Amino acid sequence: MSRTEFFQGNIACAEGALAAGCRFFGGYPITPSTEVAEHLALKLPKVKGGCFIQMEDEIAGIAAVIGASWTGVRAMTATSGPGFSLMMENIGYAIMTETPCVIVNIQRGGPSTGQPTMAAQGDMMQCRFGSHGDSSIIALCPASVQECFELTVKAFNLADQFRTPVFLMADEAIGHMRERISIPDSVPYTGRKPAEKDTLPFKPDEDLIPGFAPFGSGHHVPVTGLTHDWRGYPATTNPDLHAELVSRLYHKIEDKRNGIADYEIENREASVVFICYGAPARTVAQVLHDQKHDGKDDLGCLRLRIVWPFPEALLEQFPHASVFIVPELNLGMISREIQRHTAVPVRSVSKIGGELHTPRELLQVAEEYR
Amino acid sequence: MADKSLELFDAGHRACGGCGPALAARLILKGCGPHTIVTVSTGCMEVFSTPYPETAWKVPLIHSLFENASAVASGIEASLKKQGRNEHVICICGDGATFDIGMLCISGAFERGHNITYICYDNEAYMNTGIQRSGATPYDASTTTSPAGRQSFGNSRPKKDLPSILAAHGAPYVATCSVAYPNDIIKKVERAVNTEGPCYIQVHAPCCTGWGFDGKKTMAVGKLAIETGLWVNFELVNGSVEKAKKIKRRPVEDYLQEQKRFRHLFKPNRNDAEIAKIQAIADVNALKYGIDI
Repeated sequence: MSRTEFFQGNIACAEGALAAGCRFFGGYPITPSTEVAEHLALKLPKVKGGCFIQMEDEIAGIAAVIGASWTGVRAMTATSGPGFSLMMENIGYAIMTETPCVIVNIQRGGPSTGQPTMAAQGDMMQCRFGSHGDSSIIALCPASVQECFELTVKAFNLADQFRTPVFLMADEAIGHMRERISIPDSVPYTGRKPAEKDTLPFKPDEDLIPGFAPFGSGHHVPVTGLTHDWRGYPATTNPDLHAELVSRLYHKIEDKRNGIADYEIENREASVVFICYGAPARTVAQVLHDQKHDGKDDLGCLRLRIVWPFPEALLEQFPHASVFIVPELNLGMISREIQRHTAVPVRSVSKIGGELHTPRELLQVAEEYR
Repeated sequence: MADKSLELFDAGHRACGGCGPALAARLILKGCGPHTIVTVSTGCMEVFSTPYPETAWKVPLIHSLFENASAVASGIEASLKKQGRNEHVICICGDGATFDIGMLCISGAFERGHNITYICYDNEAYMNTGIQRSGATPYDASTTTSPAGRQSFGNSRPKKDLPSILAAHGAPYVATCSVAYPNDIIKKVERAVNTEGPCYIQVHAPCCTGWGFDGKKTMAVGKLAIETGLWVNFELVNGSVEKAKKIKRRPVEDYLQEQKRFRHLFKPNRNDAEIAKIQAIADVNALKYGIDI
């Protein structure tokens, strides 16, 4: 059974969090993400163990989320560009301490205060590389209200499974649009692997991920952002230990990129292939639909629901591709990532300013390669 | 003396009819005069007064980020001083930017002792993003992140006492005022910008949209806040109360009943227990500042 609703993307995201068992939200109002906080301010206190806290800024918001996560509950925050920038040091801390958490970024035009009410995808590199030091993270990009719900659920599962911050990188268009959405009675659940008794709290298993020992679970768990050993104790001048730890944080995600990958492929035989994520995927879908209607089937599409870790193997799925066309609401961030993994020519179709690509704009580019 | 007829904050901006903060800005600049550089943080003020062609400011203005107006002002003041210049450097920021996200930068600026005047237009919530609670939201006010309902009476915490916090930083002059008393704002701002060192002024600026009252009642609602003792106009000089406006107090419900944000205290049933708690806040104010006639 499921129920049908007519929701805004941000509300669907908040509902997805509730369905996933999120019990803590710490955050700060910022357009265009505020509805996530407002909805959870209404709903979380009604759920057993649910806690909503409005913090004094985004730095405090993500910090509270990290604290809550160590008490063993699923925790999240939601923000947009300026708040995301403020969170960066804490995000690095969450990566280093392997703290599961979900960070929703409803992207708006930047840099700085930019365009608070307009859509953008300008934070795609910041979510991957914004905090200092080597690391890897997971970033999901919904293209519909339904996916705001589903991918928020998935974000919590991935965060718990990989013990890492996971980003839901939506944009203002998806966050504020209203669509019909089907909400299932139950959702997939993959919880945190518990730390075994008598094991060290940061000793990884074969999957490179240590079991999680929340505060009060009987383990002695010192948590620090300093380079630390398997016990969790700081060990900052041992080169081998640092190399082992940071390499593990990187590989625990990057080595699994094919398993993490979440995507849709249309027409593997295509010669002209769109690669897209988030709001521009909707324009691409319209172009493919219109062309099919006109009896033309030389266009294909790879739509990424998870952008980071980048699933480079998927680029091999189009043996006849003569070009990858990449529409993005930034000046070509992911197109450059694609470029470095393929010999197929990559054409970036950038659009910034807040408006989405029109089907005509994308079709015109495709025509150049027909 | 400032020339009070000089309009440095112009008409034609985008604020709601009856906007308390817009009136505050106009009066603040009358107190400062034209020899002034303004830093505004992100918030309603920046949104309604800066876009062309409705730009309202006739003095140099820098819109900083949300949290850093006082730090930007610190840089302006320190650099001007080295150049031998003496323009008034003021910050005009909302209560969210002041009480919450900007606290760190304000504390730093006051501790370093910059010659700036920091003015908070206090409309008691984040109005720009759609009425979320802030550290300045009064007890029991309903906002979108402190919604009143069956289990909640609205905001569960009292308003942060920022004037005392900044007085404790050693600020030579800290004052509160209200748009309901226009001349008082001008006088206090004029005194602040002419006092050496970091000064703080908190202007009570009723928000018809966020508080839920008719825009023509802005002055009346502002006056009721004073007359009930829920807002006190006072001056702290070197940490001691120099003056507080004395009044013949009215019961707090006269103020609460005028606003939708407190409607849940009266409908569907009158909540005497919560109203009594708010009355107690006013009673404490009255005792602390000796405002009863």
